[in-house]
Amino acid sequence: MRRALERISLIDVFMWIVGGSIIGIVLVGSVATIRSGQYSIRHWSDFLIFGVAQGSVYALIALGYTLVYGILRMINFAHGEVFMSGAYTAFFVADALSKSGFLGQNPLLGLLAVFAVSMATSVTVAVILERVAYRPLRRAPRLVPLITAIGASFFLQYTFRGFYGSGFKSYPEVPVLQGSWVWGGIVSIQRIQVLVIVAAGLLMLALYTYVQRTRAGKAMRAVSEDKDVAALMGINVDAVIVQTFIIGAALAGAAGVLYALMFRQVHFFMGFFPGIKAFTAAVLGGIGNIPGAMLGGLFLGIFESVGPILFLDGLGVPAPYQLKDAIAFTMLVLILIFRPTGILGERLARAKA
Amino acid sequence: MSKRMYLTLSVIVLASIVLAACAPSAPTAAPFVCTDTIGCVDIAPDASVHIAYALTVSGATSFLGEDSKGGIEIAIDDKGGKLLGHTIELTGEDSGCSADGGQSAGTKLAADPTIVGVVGTNCSSASRTASPLVTGAGMVMISPSATNPDLSNPDHPDYHVGYLRTAHNDLFQGRIAAQFAFNELKVKSAATIHDGSPYAESLQNVFADVFKELGGTITAQEAVNVGDVDMKPVLTKISTGSPEIIYFPIFEPEGDFMAAQAKEVSGLEDTILMGADGLFAVSFPGAAGQAAVGMYLSGPYVAGAAYDEFIAKWKAKFGGPPPSGFHAHAYDATNILLAAIEKVAVQDADGTLHVGRQALRDAVYATKDFNGLTGKLTCDVYGDCATGEALGVFKLTEAEVGGAWPPPVFWQP
Repeated sequence: MRRALERISLIDVFMWIVGGSIIGIVLVGSVATIRSGQYSIRHWSDFLIFGVAQGSVYALIALGYTLVYGILRMINFAHGEVFMSGAYTAFFVADALSKSGFLGQNPLLGLLAVFAVSMATSVTVAVILERVAYRPLRRAPRLVPLITAIGASFFLQYTFRGFYGSGFKSYPEVPVLQGSWVWGGIVSIQRIQVLVIVAAGLLMLALYTYVQRTRAGKAMRAVSEDKDVAALMGINVDAVIVQTFIIGAALAGAAGVLYALMFRQVHFFMGFFPGIKAFTAAVLGGIGNIPGAMLGGLFLGIFESVGPILFLDGLGVPAPYQLKDAIAFTMLVLILIFRPTGILGERLARAKA
Repeated sequence: MSKRMYLTLSVIVLASIVLAACAPSAPTAAPFVCTDTIGCVDIAPDASVHIAYALTVSGATSFLGEDSKGGIEIAIDDKGGKLLGHTIELTGEDSGCSADGGQSAGTKLAADPTIVGVVGTNCSSASRTASPLVTGAGMVMISPSATNPDLSNPDHPDYHVGYLRTAHNDLFQGRIAAQFAFNELKVKSAATIHDGSPYAESLQNVFADVFKELGGTITAQEAVNVGDVDMKPVLTKISTGSPEIIYFPIFEPEGDFMAAQAKEVSGLEDTILMGADGLFAVSFPGAAGQAAVGMYLSGPYVAGAAYDEFIAKWKAKFGGPPPSGFHAHAYDATNILLAAIEKVAVQDADGTLHVGRQALRDAVYATKDFNGLTGKLTCDVYGDCATGEALGVFKLTEAEVGGAWPPPVFWQP
């Protein structure tokens, strides 16, 4: 007992106090908000659905971060721009299809074409990025590819700005995705949100099956465990790495279209904030862990949407939505205090040890 | 008074009499000596008169910067590109629509001693940081579109001597918007949203105060962040108070998201939406889509024969209409600056021009009944040159969503 006590450092105690007080504030705020009765169940379900839809997009982008980190131990900070490149390029297809009326008559085919263009663009950008910017630095110290990634991110942003200008482009409205469904006056969900959540869910399911059930997935897991041993076992490590970038980029491209359909705007800088948020989500879930990235994305989306009202409204904080980023990052800190490897990160860390 | 002071005084008086007597008879004899308290700009015979802009010419708010920049260029064209025999040189910095953009633009401008005066900035946030730097370097600065009341409030730290504006103060705009909502639309409850920028925050505050004064209720005063895209949660929160109108004087793209998503939140389907001059942009109705139909915008409203002539010049020069509503203010700001330079500049026989910086400031502050596009401008001691008359409320229709611009004026105070 005494030895256990001795092992607890002052810093741990301090962090627990910080964590405990955040939890305290959150609890007091939540109870006060719920007791105020200002928000009905309908409102809460709305907040939750907004959060899940936004979180699904975060999760799809976060998977790209986590996959690359799992294989290369590197944070690909240009991933947000991979997301942007797909959504931005697909805008031109979506716009043309919408103006010709094709998107209205054949929404399924039209949307598939938009998705295909977006994913193909993102994949191309990511593969070039890997070949030009990251592969030559594979044996370099860790900081080098990180800085390169930041440079690549700027390069992509300003290349797209050079191509398409600095203005905003508005995505067309897809008639079939307009409107919403209401169940019993309690739950109301927009069609576009259904598409976002379902598409994200299916893609994540496909990815999980691919990684867990196929030979290629097994090779990916092997490379992630130990590159050199995997190479000795006859796995083409370079091919697996490219494959990882392709998968991550395809998910980001799909996320880009979903995001653009939901918010109907694209811009050369649009990848920055979702990229940062998705990175946060990946860390929240435990970076390198695939289900962790999904969970982290959903958590972050829900915290951003529900958090400001639930935690702060009851405390009488004015204009709580200005603090939504602060809440999201406070939650990140909170989770990292109690679980330094993220929500699902421990399994991976233990497996590595 | 001591004998000594009498002596000094009489010497000074005598000297000035002698000087005054000499001056007209031999204007070229003595070389120019700068007596200005904050220095002079000397412009060599073959050099140009250098004025600069600090505008948001890139990014999401570039419509504001391009709009003002066009106004400045046309004002220079109207002078034939020349002032007192010197060509007018216009250079500029991108101040963005942010505090750090204003800081970097201000630093660069302040470091260039050839600049006589600055037109800028567009956004109040950029003015807050740029104006101490630019005015600190002795230059005079006239903003065409920064509307935050603090910038001309002498009790506020953001007030700096040497900073003036032809833009209306938001104390006018917020009042007009609130009066329009309460008296014209006959709504009794309102919610406001700002984005944390000094422009939006003060404008919605003025709106809320006046609206309450008139007898209305403010159900919520919310805020979002610049860069937010998902506005549905904050709109859902607002919907719990069921306001009849939502006033969100923010910028693009947040304003686009706000307008588009407001119609998607249950309980807000029939709520009236109203923005301000930050959203008075050719790109806004298209970006917000169908949700923008029926939305109101308060903004600068300029009319008259002189203005029509200006628009004709604009169309000839750039093709298409001006992208926002402050081109006339920028045109007036430039003309006030150029007129003041003309008034105070001292020309040597060889053509060298000397402009005293304090004298220039005094001349700009002394602007009275200046015939501008935006009305008869008289600058007050704190730098407000606009009267608030050139304001109107606009209603967006299908035509604007389809690309027509500008919208017809709907109501004028």
